[in-house]
Amino acid sequence: MTTPLLELSGLTKAYPGVVANSEVSFDIARGEVHALLGENGAGKSTLVKTIYGLVQPDAGTMRLDGQPFAPPEPRAARAAGVAMVFQHFSLFDAMSVAENVALGMETPPALNRLAAQIREVSQSYGLPLDPDRIVGDLSAGERQRVEIVRCLLQEPRLLIMDEPTSVLTPQEVQILFETLRKLRAEGVSILYISHKLEEIRTICDSATILRHGKVVGKCDPKVTAARDMAEQMVGATLSTPSRAGGRTGEVVLELTGLSAPAPRAFGTALKHIDLSLRAGEVLGIGGVAGNGQDELAMALSGEMSVAPGMIRLKGREIGTVGVNARRRMGLLCAPEERMGHAAAPDMSLTENALLTAGPREDLVRHGFLRWGRARGFAERVIERFDVRTPGAGTAARALSGGNLQKFVIGREIMQRPEVLVVNQPTWGVDAAAAATIRQALLDLAEAGAALIVISQDLDELMEISDRFAALNGGSLSAPRPAEGLGIDEIGMMLGGAHDMTPAHGEG
Amino acid sequence: MSNIDPILLLSAIIIVSTPILLAAIGELVVERAGVLNLGVEGMMITGAVCGFIAATSTGSPWLGFAGAALGAALLSMVFGVLTQLFLSNQVATGLALTLFGLGLSALLGQGYIGVKGPVVPDLYLPVLRDIPFLGPVLFRHDAMVYIALFIVLGVWLFLNRTRSGRVLRAVGENHDAAHALGYKVVRVRLLAIAFGGACAGLGGAYLSLVRVPQWTEGMTAGAGWIALAIVVFASWRPGRLVLGAWLFGGATALQLALQASGGVQIPIEYLQMAPYLATILVLVILRAGRAPGSLGRSFHASS
Repeated sequence: MTTPLLELSGLTKAYPGVVANSEVSFDIARGEVHALLGENGAGKSTLVKTIYGLVQPDAGTMRLDGQPFAPPEPRAARAAGVAMVFQHFSLFDAMSVAENVALGMETPPALNRLAAQIREVSQSYGLPLDPDRIVGDLSAGERQRVEIVRCLLQEPRLLIMDEPTSVLTPQEVQILFETLRKLRAEGVSILYISHKLEEIRTICDSATILRHGKVVGKCDPKVTAARDMAEQMVGATLSTPSRAGGRTGEVVLELTGLSAPAPRAFGTALKHIDLSLRAGEVLGIGGVAGNGQDELAMALSGEMSVAPGMIRLKGREIGTVGVNARRRMGLLCAPEERMGHAAAPDMSLTENALLTAGPREDLVRHGFLRWGRARGFAERVIERFDVRTPGAGTAARALSGGNLQKFVIGREIMQRPEVLVVNQPTWGVDAAAAATIRQALLDLAEAGAALIVISQDLDELMEISDRFAALNGGSLSAPRPAEGLGIDEIGMMLGGAHDMTPAHGEG
Repeated sequence: MSNIDPILLLSAIIIVSTPILLAAIGELVVERAGVLNLGVEGMMITGAVCGFIAATSTGSPWLGFAGAALGAALLSMVFGVLTQLFLSNQVATGLALTLFGLGLSALLGQGYIGVKGPVVPDLYLPVLRDIPFLGPVLFRHDAMVYIALFIVLGVWLFLNRTRSGRVLRAVGENHDAAHALGYKVVRVRLLAIAFGGACAGLGGAYLSLVRVPQWTEGMTAGAGWIALAIVVFASWRPGRLVLGAWLFGGATALQLALQASGGVQIPIEYLQMAPYLATILVLVILRAGRAPGSLGRSFHASS
């Protein structure tokens, strides 16, 4: 047996109040795709940042190719052949593809020579890219290609990919996997971070599972059941959400030719969206990020005003009605971004409850805040949704992502909406909390509310939707019953696979 | 109107716009690095007094300009340390820097009011200066006029043609991404702030050594604020910056000429307001381009 490419032994990193990594040891062999599995907060990010030189470990050692490896900064890691594709892209919107690639290289050639190299590498790996385009105009899938091509141009020996498929359509995922297989055949090792277990079973050769910063298991994902891996990740048994059955009522929300210009630079214009939503129904809206999800949510919540007749709530034209008036009428919205949009980070949970629940829960009278009632409401949300926090007086900022998400979704659900629009309800939330949120959404529909769930997570949409529609370039496809919808049909509806071809050569 | 000499007017535009151009090109680099320094006025006036003191005590205007750049750059480092290392709010710190600079310059300049400084000679450009019309308008100025334009050209080349310039733009566009790629965000920004300070100082010294040339308290009279506005007007692009500076310089030179000619029967206060009104109008009419993505946001390498 040859030495592994990268050996980690006893890596430990502590931050004030939390141990991110504790005695983490595992090996990555040459030419293997190694999965690193774990919930949010399990310490995956800290670990890969250590390998990439962004974080210095408190204890423990790494060996690359048998040689001691302790990169003091990313530059050193790159020079040693370690490249990384970030989860939140490390791209610069206002710059061209070629400039973005150059910024990630140690000694970039002149831009026109680099552009030729980008074309060549991107073609040979089946990831076509125009080096002169401005990154801000690219789709999420194309942005990821920029990141990958930037890595490939440095001929890495180890490629780290942090949640690479979270923004891709199923077709784009297939193309990415072809590229990864080609790289593996060339002897490149890949450290693949994800919590999507089916993907890991498809592409990875071995897996290391982290929980609370410790290695809790190693397995061969090809022969281990997804459920077993999930339970190792969570450290508990999981239940899947369920609902009795769909009885739908009257049409409560109607969109007729909903169109709106993009509200900001690099936004998406909405184009002629027609839709009718019945009471008791869950409509799932999928699509690759940046295809109009935020804009649609803004139009529905009332943050963005449109022509009056474009949106009808129970027959009334509400296109120009403001956010609070819509809340009073029963149309509630939970936006995607928790910090700063759904919740004010520096305000307490009680104050945050007041912000959206004021009109419906009678928390404001004659312009004065009714603190007692507001605190009671916040406490009910905390209790019902199992929000882990010292109390309603805690600042929103102090809650973990999953807990705050439970609070902001719960806050809307507890107001007994007639129509609820949620955008990415379980984004960045751990599996147990996600299951709680999904179950609460289904219970709400069961009780007769109409729901629109906008999400990037197709599995989630398939699990809870009655009907499914996809946003693509600001247009909404005709909704179809979610039951029995195949992954290929969904992919066609998302339509995000233009100008993508599988990698050439052997797969 | 008929007794305004177009040659003198155009030549005056160049002179009037130079200090604003200098301050604005410095601020442009600072903002492209993602930092909003509202202390331009304070740095300019500090440069004006430092330049005047250095020039009168050495007798050399060039040492005066050097002293102005150094003094204002040092002052800008107060802002740099506070905002980049101690993460103070950039808007509040910048405003404080302006007030501090105004006070500091008044203190430093106490013994220099009414003193006459050394003369900055015009550059003698043979042949060019004798071209009819263009000669007197463009080629009979002091060296700083041309140095200012060369600085603008240099900044353009730096931002668009060099690797360091690309890194600076990257830091201003998305500081988290730049940090993730291993670039030293704080170091780049401190250097940019120092450059911005030095340029503002040169602009201030141009007022006290060439345009006036004397030391008077508060002599920048809002030029630093105009420089800030022109950076936005120029959409953070050096080429348009020159146009913006000339536009403001043009309005100022025109109102001065109108005052001198006495041909207009309105209170001179209206004329004095005109350049500022013109600047505001242009800013409102022109849609500003896209600001650098991280402009004004504090960076802390925590995650």
